[in-house]
Amino acid sequence: MTPGLHHYLIVSALLFSLGLLGVVARRNLFVIFMGLELMLNASNLALVAFSRYHNNLNGQVMVFFVITVAAAEVAVGLALLVALYRKRQTAHVEDLTSLKL
Amino acid sequence: MEHAAVVQHAVESGSKIQDLAWAILILPLVMAFGTAVLTPKNRTLSAAFNISGVVVAFLLSFTLFCVYGGQSVDATPFHWLPVAGLDAEIGLHLDALSTLMLMAVTGVGSLVMIYSTGYMHEDRSYTRFFSTLSLFVFSMLGIVLANNLLMLFVFWELVGVSSYLLIGFWYEKPSAGDASKKAFLTNRIGDFGFMLGILAIWSLAGTLDIAALKAKFVANPALLGPWAGLAGLLIFMGAMGKSAQFPLHVWLPDAMEGPTPVSALIHAATMVAAGVYMLCRLFFLYTATAGWPAALGFLDGVSAATIITCIGGFTALFAAVIAVQQDDIKRILAYSTLSQLGLMVMAVGLGAKTGDASASMYHLVTHAGFKAMLFLGAGSVIHACHHEQDIWKMGGLRSKMPKTFWTFALGTAALAGLPPFSGFYSKDEILAVALEANPIFFGVGVLVTVLTTFYMSRLVLVAFFGKPRGEGADHAHESPSSMTLPLLVLAVPSAFIAWLPLGEFLSGHFKPGHATHGGDILFGPFNHNPIAAVFGLGAVLFGFSLAYSLYGKAPTQDPLSAKLGLLSQAMRNRFYIDEIYDGIVVPLHNLLSQIADAIDRWLIAGLAVRGLSGVVEIAGRALRLVQTGSIQTYAFLFTAGVLLIVLLALK
Repeated sequence: MTPGLHHYLIVSALLFSLGLLGVVARRNLFVIFMGLELMLNASNLALVAFSRYHNNLNGQVMVFFVITVAAAEVAVGLALLVALYRKRQTAHVEDLTSLKL
Repeated sequence: MEHAAVVQHAVESGSKIQDLAWAILILPLVMAFGTAVLTPKNRTLSAAFNISGVVVAFLLSFTLFCVYGGQSVDATPFHWLPVAGLDAEIGLHLDALSTLMLMAVTGVGSLVMIYSTGYMHEDRSYTRFFSTLSLFVFSMLGIVLANNLLMLFVFWELVGVSSYLLIGFWYEKPSAGDASKKAFLTNRIGDFGFMLGILAIWSLAGTLDIAALKAKFVANPALLGPWAGLAGLLIFMGAMGKSAQFPLHVWLPDAMEGPTPVSALIHAATMVAAGVYMLCRLFFLYTATAGWPAALGFLDGVSAATIITCIGGFTALFAAVIAVQQDDIKRILAYSTLSQLGLMVMAVGLGAKTGDASASMYHLVTHAGFKAMLFLGAGSVIHACHHEQDIWKMGGLRSKMPKTFWTFALGTAALAGLPPFSGFYSKDEILAVALEANPIFFGVGVLVTVLTTFYMSRLVLVAFFGKPRGEGADHAHESPSSMTLPLLVLAVPSAFIAWLPLGEFLSGHFKPGHATHGGDILFGPFNHNPIAAVFGLGAVLFGFSLAYSLYGKAPTQDPLSAKLGLLSQAMRNRFYIDEIYDGIVVPLHNLLSQIADAIDRWLIAGLAVRGLSGVVEIAGRALRLVQTGSIQTYAFLFTAGVLLIVLLALK
């Protein structure tokens, strides 16, 4: 049995859901960040699968963009996180409420 | 040519009258403000200012009276508040009534002011006293001269305010403060009815101008239709307040807390006369066809004038009975004033049948003179006895203060109605009118005369004869000439004013061209209506002999109190009217205010204001829970929303 489009899409959906769960439910900023990456990569997988099965390269071009933006985002996000951690000695979202009334 | 010249002359004399009338009205106001603003520190200058103002006003009034007599003249009004359907004017109207009243008000006013320079000499607020007196004279002149009901009402209220200021002049004394509040509030009740009456007349007749109203009533006596009786009674309510008729009479005896010159001016000659004057001014209301709205159908056949007669007669008798057992010299005079005002009001009501209220107006003018004199005499006695007001602590003042005694005795004779003094003639007119109209009220009049003579003789016999019974009376001495001079001046009109044909002058106003009993004025009453005159004179003699038999032998306490027993107690306590008001009106008022307070506190402030703000606050608190500030919650909700939309889109 060769894997069809729907197999790829199911894996992609599972990865996306796991990523979303991480973003919504976890309290550690690093884990939330990793969940975000997982969601991006799940969409990359879906795009590549559609591109392969439709014989259209537009999807793969899109994936390159996503990887580039994700790399930049990780660089800026991790830098912010490290700076925050140095300042507050925590990376826990519930401790970062100084903007709240 | 000749005709044009006559018209020209009339116009010129008219404008002169106008200027005179405006000057009389404005002078006291200028003096009041001038004193209050320019010379509040200078006692002599303030007194001179105000006295000269009122004296000049009196001289002008006298000129006006001598030159123009009872001519009916309307000064060109200025339009104060012209709004749709109502042109509120400030205008002056001169006729027999107002020129006579002008003289009475300014004449008594100037004498009272001269008297006050002596009586109030030691008072701290000397200048305030004079400027308030001037303000009062101004307000009173406004009532006298007003040509329309709205202006009359405005000045009516001004009189209320200035009398409030004067009664409460010694505001440090709690009793004076209470008395002034009582006078003002009691008057407000009457004024409220007066205002409703004015509104009723305006809505039904469409004008407030007195001359125009009169013309309309002459053209159509049933102008007010079924509302005539009610409008008349409402207007009369104003007079009930100011002229202190039962049941609104309670303020006048208490108003004696004010300085005695104030009692003389306000509570004898002017303010209390305003009610009777206003009734005479609006007399056409009461001669018109009577009618009642359906809700008051049980009053059919009774005119407003009849009710006025009853109230006046009752007040006259009621107050005279109370006066018999009072011990305070000013209170005796106060109840006597009430009683005489009752007679005047009764005369207005009785006069409505014949269309002639001149008897009432006549008595008003003579009464103003001799009652002011009596009050000033009482003030002189109080001043001499170091502010002792109880007649049983006086005695033997006749030889110590001869000028005061003789003027007081003259005033008493005039008030009792002994010929040839003024009171006899004016009271006789009232008795004659009563005899013609209704024998019951003739009886009331005669009885009041007996009682009046009795209590006044009691006052004179106890206070001026016998031996001094108190420390004050022991050291009494005649008052300074600033106080005795006004007494002597007032003695002249009290004695002789009736020798002038005032009665005819006034009936000429009510019934133009109608000649009453002319000829011999001194013995006129005996020719014109011998029964009334003989009864009047007999009542005086009877009352005096009764008083002499009780008080002639200089008793040290009242022999009548023991004879009357419980009745005397009731009379001393003013028939418990004040207590009844305390028992009925005050709890009722408290109940109403508590209800109003509960409505305000629970319904308006509680339910409406706090309820509304509560709903908003609760909604805000609930909605605040949605906004957590946590991005993860938002992200979750965002995802849930997207899923929901996708589900809905796929369906």
